[in-house]
Amino acid sequence: MTHALEKYFVPEPSIYPIFGSVALLLFGAGAVMWLHGIGPGPLVLFAGVAILVYMLFGWFGQVVRESEAGLYGKRVDKSFRWSMGWFIFSEVMFFAAFFGALFYVRVLSVPWLASGDNEALLWEGFTQAWPSAGPNPHADPFTPMGAWGIPALNTLILLTSGATLTWAHYALLRGDRARLKLGLFLTILLGVIFLGFQVYEYFHAYADLNLRLDSGIYGSTFFLLTGFHGLHVTIGAIMLTVMLFRTMAGHFQPDNHFAFEATAWYWHFVDVVWLMLFVVVYWL
Amino acid sequence: MAAVIPERLQEHHHGAHTGLMRWITTTNHKDIGTMYLIFSFVMFLAGGVMALTLRAELFQPGLQVVQPELFNQLTTLHGLVMVFGAIMPAFVGFANWMIPLMIGASDMAFARMNNWSFWLLPPAAILLIGSFFVPGGATAAGWTLYPPLSVQMGMGMDLAIFAVHIMGVSSIMGAINIVVTILNMRAPGMTMMKMPLFCWTWLITAYLLIAVMPVLAGAVTMLLTDRHFGTSFFNAAGGGDPVLYQHIFWFFGHPEVYIMILPAFGIVSQIIPTFARKPLFGYASMVYATSSIAILSFIVWAHHMFTTGMPAAGQLFFMYATMLIAVPTGVKVFNWVATMWRGSMTFETPMLFAVGFIFVFTMGGFTGLICAIAPVDIQIHDTYYVVAHFHYVLVAGSLFALFAGAYYWLPKWTGHMPDERIGKLHFWCSIVFFNVTFFPMHFLGLAGMPRRVPDYALQFADFNALATIGAFGFGLSQLIFLWAVIKCVRGGEKAAARSWESAEGLEWTVPSPAPHHTFEEAPVVR
Repeated sequence: MTHALEKYFVPEPSIYPIFGSVALLLFGAGAVMWLHGIGPGPLVLFAGVAILVYMLFGWFGQVVRESEAGLYGKRVDKSFRWSMGWFIFSEVMFFAAFFGALFYVRVLSVPWLASGDNEALLWEGFTQAWPSAGPNPHADPFTPMGAWGIPALNTLILLTSGATLTWAHYALLRGDRARLKLGLFLTILLGVIFLGFQVYEYFHAYADLNLRLDSGIYGSTFFLLTGFHGLHVTIGAIMLTVMLFRTMAGHFQPDNHFAFEATAWYWHFVDVVWLMLFVVVYWL
Repeated sequence: MAAVIPERLQEHHHGAHTGLMRWITTTNHKDIGTMYLIFSFVMFLAGGVMALTLRAELFQPGLQVVQPELFNQLTTLHGLVMVFGAIMPAFVGFANWMIPLMIGASDMAFARMNNWSFWLLPPAAILLIGSFFVPGGATAAGWTLYPPLSVQMGMGMDLAIFAVHIMGVSSIMGAINIVVTILNMRAPGMTMMKMPLFCWTWLITAYLLIAVMPVLAGAVTMLLTDRHFGTSFFNAAGGGDPVLYQHIFWFFGHPEVYIMILPAFGIVSQIIPTFARKPLFGYASMVYATSSIAILSFIVWAHHMFTTGMPAAGQLFFMYATMLIAVPTGVKVFNWVATMWRGSMTFETPMLFAVGFIFVFTMGGFTGLICAIAPVDIQIHDTYYVVAHFHYVLVAGSLFALFAGAYYWLPKWTGHMPDERIGKLHFWCSIVFFNVTFFPMHFLGLAGMPRRVPDYALQFADFNALATIGAFGFGLSQLIFLWAVIKCVRGGEKAAARSWESAEGLEWTVPSPAPHHTFEEAPVVR
């Protein structure tokens, strides 16, 4: 390495972080108030959300302007790459907690409840099965969600969206702006269709299958895993939309477009999570 | 420590903000490090007052000072505040201040995000401490927040859940920042294996944080949905299991205890060579030992759960895996002692704390080995023996290393040498009162005194009275530290750039106090 190391961009003091802190304070306090039915809970919570949205717009807007002004060199670009990778790793670990819970109840706790003293003394007649709402004799019966209807279609949709996004990326690398825009648009469209099907599936679960969040451990793991995944698809779709708008504004060069790549990494990560969901939540 | 950056440095500071707005908007790693350190000390005092209230109640058998409900709340919040409010932010403060100086970087990799990482902590603290004043009071489920108790608590529990979420966001962002700074911002020639050991230990700590904080977020999210939205994760009637929470929590919790000790190892590894006037013995083995501890920390979690019912094969696995950690830890202690061997040693305050650390931390390590033996643990689980064990590693371990580091780098932060007489007084009071407080707890635990209970049998009275006297002595001793720091900030002997005779490292090549901006041109390391 030579001494002529490129100067690393260090931003000026910024007002945005404190907005984020106030936002999360209001969000947390508002959520607790709402849960306990105290006066303006929802108001406080949505005030927090509004401030957070303002902060995200302002902060990311500033980052985009700095990026377009060419303030970030190769070293900052490398920092972004490392950080996005580690951020996605943290998300993997978040999902791991819920997949771990699913593994634990399916392999350990439900069989334990249906065997030995547990079955003999506490939950007589409870037999091991999956899906299970647990041994509670007063539990509402429900029908589990099948894998080969909407979920299989959704798998196809997400996999296709991964392909269209990669197609868009190749277009960007070739400098083919029209195909880039089309690819991004198709990816977002597929993401929105996926989300639409998920919303429909939730309605279907509540209305026809009597499958609810409180349908024992099956309902708990089903809705928390698919719900957090759906939230991440939503975030990914918003990120893709920002990328589409930035593309239309003429941003990104074939050799400099990390925001696009980061979004693509995120989208593929969400894709992989779905594949695992499809196998262990819906199918097996 | 608010005045750590002297007035005259203000002129270097570009950007329009002054006064409070300067601290709210700052993107400077030194400002942010200072804020982390002040915040953690305030939290340390808050958690300390809670601990002293507990000890006052435990001075005599019977109930005198607080009701059992408040006692349980104070126990819980003492743990949460000390872990998430005091120890962790203090180490992040050191990381912010020292890592860029040690690797020759101009600042942290993400300076704005660094600001947010800090400024998320006060809201979390407001939610956590504010929970004392809501109907039903703070959560009283213990810092581990085990269900079913945590599912049955009132509003205070929800506030704690959101506080944990916010602190988790702060920790993950802080950790990513540190990883990227170390991997991408090193000066030319500063290869990984030339880095000061403090950077290495923090790199590994940051990796642990990124891996386990999201798991804790998942655990408390499941608590929240079990509490309010009818899920059954921790409810056997619905097919879940309260023990599931313990597995998820300790998958976070065991790496967490290394998150709180690995940076301490790093600080001690900086200080011992300086005052022994010899290079660190076995640098590479230190790096490998730290990595081994981090990897092993992921496969030992169930040693916290030996009494919950576990197949014998599981008990054996977690017992032996836990004991395995003694090997890399032993390597570290050996290396520190070997560094001192035939060194030209002097015992300034940082060195006193570092040597005290080795001695008392090692005792905590040994009791850890005893706790790891499954059949023994079944006897001492949830007794004062465990309380003694983890205070030996967390107070005499993490906290003493923090004090050592503070005295060591105060000259770099303030430009003045800390007062040796005050520092030594602080050390001797701390180590004596620490042992008076916690050593008797081993006997209490072996005799069967359960922890987290406000009353106890008469047979435990003498040792408890002694521990309470020690605790108040220890608590008051920490005001000596405050005195030492304030005195150092306000004046004292001028510190040279290399403040300690044979201190090595890039941080000693910049003036004391360190200018607001350092290494804007990267130095070349040979």
